[in-house]
Amino acid sequence: MEELFIYVVIFGTLFGVFGGAAILVWFERRLLGIWQDRRGPNRVGPLGIGLAFADIIKLFAKEDWIPPFADRFVFVFAPTAIVMAMLLGFAVVPYAPDIHIANLNIGLLFFLGMTSLAVYSVMLGGLASNNKYALLGGLRSAAQMVSYEVFMGLSLMGVVMLTGSFSLVDIVLWQEDHYWFVIPQFIGFVVFLIAGIAESHRLPFDLPEAEHELVAGFHTEYSGMKFGMFMVGEYLGLILISCMIVTIFFGGWLGPAFLPPIIWFFLKSFGFICFFILLRAAIPRPRYDQLMSFGWKFMLPLTLINLLATGAIVLWV
Amino acid sequence: MGMILKAIWSQLVTLFEVLRHTFTKSDTIEYPEVMPYLAPRYRGRIVLTRDPDGEERCVACNLCAVVCPVDCIALQKTEDDHGRWYPEFFRINFSRCIMCGMCEEACPTYAIQLTPDFEMCEYDRQNMVYEKEHLLISGQGKYHGYSFYNVSGKSIEDKDKGEARNEAPPVDVRSLLP
Repeated sequence: MEELFIYVVIFGTLFGVFGGAAILVWFERRLLGIWQDRRGPNRVGPLGIGLAFADIIKLFAKEDWIPPFADRFVFVFAPTAIVMAMLLGFAVVPYAPDIHIANLNIGLLFFLGMTSLAVYSVMLGGLASNNKYALLGGLRSAAQMVSYEVFMGLSLMGVVMLTGSFSLVDIVLWQEDHYWFVIPQFIGFVVFLIAGIAESHRLPFDLPEAEHELVAGFHTEYSGMKFGMFMVGEYLGLILISCMIVTIFFGGWLGPAFLPPIIWFFLKSFGFICFFILLRAAIPRPRYDQLMSFGWKFMLPLTLINLLATGAIVLWV
Repeated sequence: MGMILKAIWSQLVTLFEVLRHTFTKSDTIEYPEVMPYLAPRYRGRIVLTRDPDGEERCVACNLCAVVCPVDCIALQKTEDDHGRWYPEFFRINFSRCIMCGMCEEACPTYAIQLTPDFEMCEYDRQNMVYEKEHLLISGQGKYHGYSFYNVSGKSIEDKDKGEARNEAPPVDVRSLLP
């Protein structure tokens, strides 16, 4: 029974996140439409939801072209890497008290490691394309990920200090006893949110693909399902970051008892997905040097101050 | 510090302002179901109009064909028994036409006019070539009551020089000699 349950969770997660990513393609465009006083896609099926399936069919049916000047092996490997890394990240997400794939005692570190691996995908994709725009996109992505990773990890250390554990289940249980981490760790939350957007390179931090300057950035040369994999990876990253914010700062599955815990978890995550889409609808992309100086000169000191203050409180209060 | 707070505040205001649009009405007019309003002077499908007497206004002067930037108008002048000029054939290739409206501006007789109709899709390219019988309409279009031969100095069978509206009789220039 125990054995079976874990398989249910694994396949549930797998199909859940892929289905979610497919629906998000439609949902994001619909929301963007609403916020820009348009309708968004509303033709295929009820509310236009058939567009998600139409998109998938289109991506599968498209010619999958590998440019002759590309580095074949790396070119094919790159899009799979981002999907693999993001899917592995879901392994440590606790959906409800006993519904999780793995309760690692280093869950948080595992998640950080997996999101860091995603940079290889983007960077190698840009490099293997042998195209100047793709290369520039890959370069930007590498620099952006490395800079934002620094304080992405540091912003969570305050939480770890208070909880005394890297396990995500323990972090949620601590919040059950005390209060949601968004209150004592508000700065940590804001920094993690911004770093999370940068990590999943969503707008306004999508400089690796910046279509105004770089055609399509690192996936300029990709077509068909390989491009689809990058898209899916991006949406998986979006879902993963939302789940993580909810788990770490918004009490995971906790909520009033009239709804089951797992529903609370999904509702909160859904709220953050909508918030990410709102960011995309509202905020313009910064210039590249602005992005870098914002990261190193503002976010990093802020995180360090937060870390010091939390440390002092844990030590002396 | 003040600058940073101001920047953060401005971002938050932006987010709020966009979020407010959740409740505003969409500006989209869903076209095939709802027709958008097109002004009478909208530049769409080209027609040839008739004068108040029901005669063709076009005098085959070729100005439209000359001014057309994509050379989509072709016509040939001919003359009827009354001495009126008219086009023997008048052909507009709408697969070339860019709806710029210069033919309408160039036309001295208000014959060629653009209408607010743009739904001209065809599966066969040849069907985009309109001949005179497709272009001619039975009405006067946007300019009512105008008839070129009634106001111009050109003599036709039942109207000599000087008999047009607002036209003085021709002057015998020799009589003006000192």
